[in-house]
Amino acid sequence: MTQKRSKGVIAEKKNEIMGSLKKLGTQIYDQLDSGVFPTITMPSRSTDNIHYDPDIRQYVLGERSVTRSARNIRHVKPFTQLAWAAMFSNELTFHRKTSTLRDVYYSAQAYNMTFKDQQESNNIITDLETATGRSREDFNIFPEERSAVFGDLTIEYTVPGYEGKTLNLSSHPDGVLIGPALTSSEFASTTADKVIAIEKGGLFTRFIEENVHKKHNSILVLTAGQAPRQTRYFIRRLHDELKIPVYIFTDGDPWGMHIAMVIISGSANAAHLRDLTTPDAIWSGVWASDIVNYKLPTDPLDDVDIKRLHELQRDPRYQGDPLWQKEIKTFLKIRRKAEQEAFSRYGLTYIVDEYLPAKLDDKNKGKKK
Amino acid sequence: MAQATFQEISASDFFYRNRDIAGFTNPSRAIFAAIRELVENSLDAAESLKIPPDIYVRLSFEGEASRDTQIYKLRVEDNGCGIQPRFIPSAFGQVLYGSKYKLKQMRGTFGLGGKMAVLYGQIMTHQPAYVTSSTGSAKIYSFKLMIDIQRNRPLILDRKVLINKEQWRGTIVEFTIEGDYLRARSKILDYFKQTAMVNPYANLTFVDPKGRLYKFNRGTINMPEPPKETDPHPYGVDVELLQRLIHITPHKNMQEFLKNHFHRVGDITAQKFQVFSGLTTASCKKHGKLAYQDINWSRGPNCSRCGEVLTLSAYKNPKKLSHQEIVKLMQHLKKFKEFLPPDASCLSPLGEELLKAGIIKELNPEYLVVKQRKPSTYAGHPFIIELGIAYGGDIPKKGSFIIYRFANKIPLLYDEASDVSYRVINAMNWRRYKVSPDMPIAIVVHICSTKVPYKTVGKEFIADRPEVRKEVANALREVSRQLQHFLSKREHVDREKRRLSVFAKYLPRIAEFSTTLAGKEKQPDIQKLIKSVQKYDTEKK
Ligand SMILES: Nc1ncnc2c1ncn2[C@@H]1O[C@H](COP(=O)(O)OP(=O)(O)OP(=O)(O)O)[C@@H](O)[C@H]1O
Ligand SMILES: [Mg+2]
Repeated sequence: MTQKRSKGVIAEKKNEIMGSLKKLGTQIYDQLDSGVFPTITMPSRSTDNIHYDPDIRQYVLGERSVTRSARNIRHVKPFTQLAWAAMFSNELTFHRKTSTLRDVYYSAQAYNMTFKDQQESNNIITDLETATGRSREDFNIFPEERSAVFGDLTIEYTVPGYEGKTLNLSSHPDGVLIGPALTSSEFASTTADKVIAIEKGGLFTRFIEENVHKKHNSILVLTAGQAPRQTRYFIRRLHDELKIPVYIFTDGDPWGMHIAMVIISGSANAAHLRDLTTPDAIWSGVWASDIVNYKLPTDPLDDVDIKRLHELQRDPRYQGDPLWQKEIKTFLKIRRKAEQEAFSRYGLTYIVDEYLPAKLDDKNKGKKK
Repeated sequence: MAQATFQEISASDFFYRNRDIAGFTNPSRAIFAAIRELVENSLDAAESLKIPPDIYVRLSFEGEASRDTQIYKLRVEDNGCGIQPRFIPSAFGQVLYGSKYKLKQMRGTFGLGGKMAVLYGQIMTHQPAYVTSSTGSAKIYSFKLMIDIQRNRPLILDRKVLINKEQWRGTIVEFTIEGDYLRARSKILDYFKQTAMVNPYANLTFVDPKGRLYKFNRGTINMPEPPKETDPHPYGVDVELLQRLIHITPHKNMQEFLKNHFHRVGDITAQKFQVFSGLTTASCKKHGKLAYQDINWSRGPNCSRCGEVLTLSAYKNPKKLSHQEIVKLMQHLKKFKEFLPPDASCLSPLGEELLKAGIIKELNPEYLVVKQRKPSTYAGHPFIIELGIAYGGDIPKKGSFIIYRFANKIPLLYDEASDVSYRVINAMNWRRYKVSPDMPIAIVVHICSTKVPYKTVGKEFIADRPEVRKEVANALREVSRQLQHFLSKREHVDREKRRLSVFAKYLPRIAEFSTTLAGKEKQPDIQKLIKSVQKYDTEKK
């Protein structure tokens, strides 16, 4: 079993982040100090400036940029909010405090900065991400969504009060929440040689009970539906820092397929951000062809499913690996879908004992049968 | 079969029986009408001398009369011209007796108002009236009067003469009246407020039965030019008036009669009219008797074909016209198109300055524009429309325009919806002017005329005559356009103010946040930036 370490990544990152915030502040300060209305230029997030970059296999923002100027009556308020958000994030980062989007909305009131609603404050945070090229999690602003991880990975905390403390992620049988403390931890050691991401909590628990982490030497990640950004970031770190492959198991329908795709290639909403994608991750099932090969119990695709499949067919992210188009066609042909739990028809452990090894083995994915 | 009985009734009897038409409809209306008639007499009396009026009105409680009426004593004092002693009894004790039958703009017209009040008081309370007056001479005369209703004659109960040491001039009228003040109160107060608005040079004081004092002080001592008396205009006469004029005229021929008794009729017009109406004929030596259209009037009447000077047949003697001829004369007077329109010297409009002063005094608006229209006529009667539109200030938002209507400086308080102004205002396309009824807007309409076109004898609303309607509408359009300008300018200024406040609010915060973020000690100076926004704004205004 190999031991992998990747220490210092987090500390280094924190310095970079604080640097980029300070740079933004200095830029505004200097403009004001020299008697001109400050401006901030950032890439435009309008849909016509979002492109899919096949090289890095994710959405990116194009050349167009927008300039927010404090001289403009319509910009001066959001400009001020952005300046506040930058200052607030800097404080969070500096004091190593975490916050949520909801917190941000309320914290603003303490500074006499009111946001019209949650949406307005969320937009400003997205502006800050775009202006700095950093995701909000970097500024210690986390969403409320929770997902979990389980497996033999020892992490070392960097959050205040826990610095230097370690935890093995297999120490709690329900898994460990992927929260701010975890995502800001350094990876100390692991014996795992792969990551298995699972869409649904039921299956995640089954895998732990069935010792999949041991049998298959893996770190299990529960995405709990569409993976939250911090989870995608965490998966990316597992892949990059531990240099191990990532397999994704979802329901066998267009929605499950897309959960896998967002982990692999990201979403248009996050086109201004990097490090949230894991281009080398592999969608291992449940494929449309699995439904046929394993004779799984199914439900018919409904109109929304069909419509979604046609959308995905045209989606640039689905143009790379021929697997995607082939599976979409199969779905459209059989007009059926199946959940991960469908394997229970062959007994509770079938998916772990038979299906999973077969899929993990399947190096030439898509070419079998 | 029952026998019909015939009976003659006097004028005072008639008006007592028909007191509705003079506004004395019910106990609350009666008390309002009494105050109004006396105040208007006082205003007329002061204005006739071009003296700023000082009028004091007191209504005091005397006792209960019925379940919801009380007896009040009404006292009105003024500083007007006073009345010569020999006219006092008839002025207050004989219906249809007055000094205002001439043709000029005055509040009083019928010779009725003051008497109706006294008469009503007398009938309800059986008490005499007291009139004290002096024209500023050495003496003051005081009368105790009642009206002999059946004979329409004053009954003098007592007469006193006092030495006028202080050279007082004016009139005091006092009598008792039954009425319902509680219900009349708001109308009475409205009446004073609006009277103050349209008579900004008057001091009005009212003490009500509870002893509450309402004072409306003058805002100016300037007064409008008093009206000049005029003859009737040919378009405005009727057979009755013609007969009266023929009766009193010293002139024996139509030419002089027309020239001397009619407004704006000169030599040529008189001649033209006589030829037009066939009262006289014009003949040329060559062409004989000429039709009206064949006469050239430019250098004395001459023949349009040969240019020869014409001879006119002898003028008729007006006194010898038969009744039928008089009827014909009246019809021709109305038909003849070449009478000059009446001039407005017989009118005494407020003028834009005074109207403004009055509105500002009573409504204190944020914006006001007034417009006096040029004189116009209807049926031979000259009239002038003065109109103001006031915005904001003390004017409340009511969801509809507040309309103040005046005729000859008298407020009109009843039957608003029947008034021509109300109709014009409601027919107006306000959206074109970006004005809406839920704005705080008051519209003031004043019509001055020798004969105000009241729809009824109640003197409460103006008839919808096309000439009047047109003038009101034009005046309204003019002031509305200016109001529109004001509103859009104000909106612009407001916008700029809001703009400025946005910068003033946020720039300091940007400075504060960026200072902290950049880790600096001292905040950058942003006053220059804020000022630059300001400068830009004042330039734009
Ligand atoms: N306060 C006063 N000062 C001087 N003269 C007065 C006063 N009150 C009344 N008069 C005289 O008495 C006359 C009669 O007044 P009255 O109110 O009865 O009729 P009016 O004013 O002529 O017409 P109207 O019926 O329209 O009021 C007036 O024409 C006026 O000459
Ligand atoms: Mg009168």
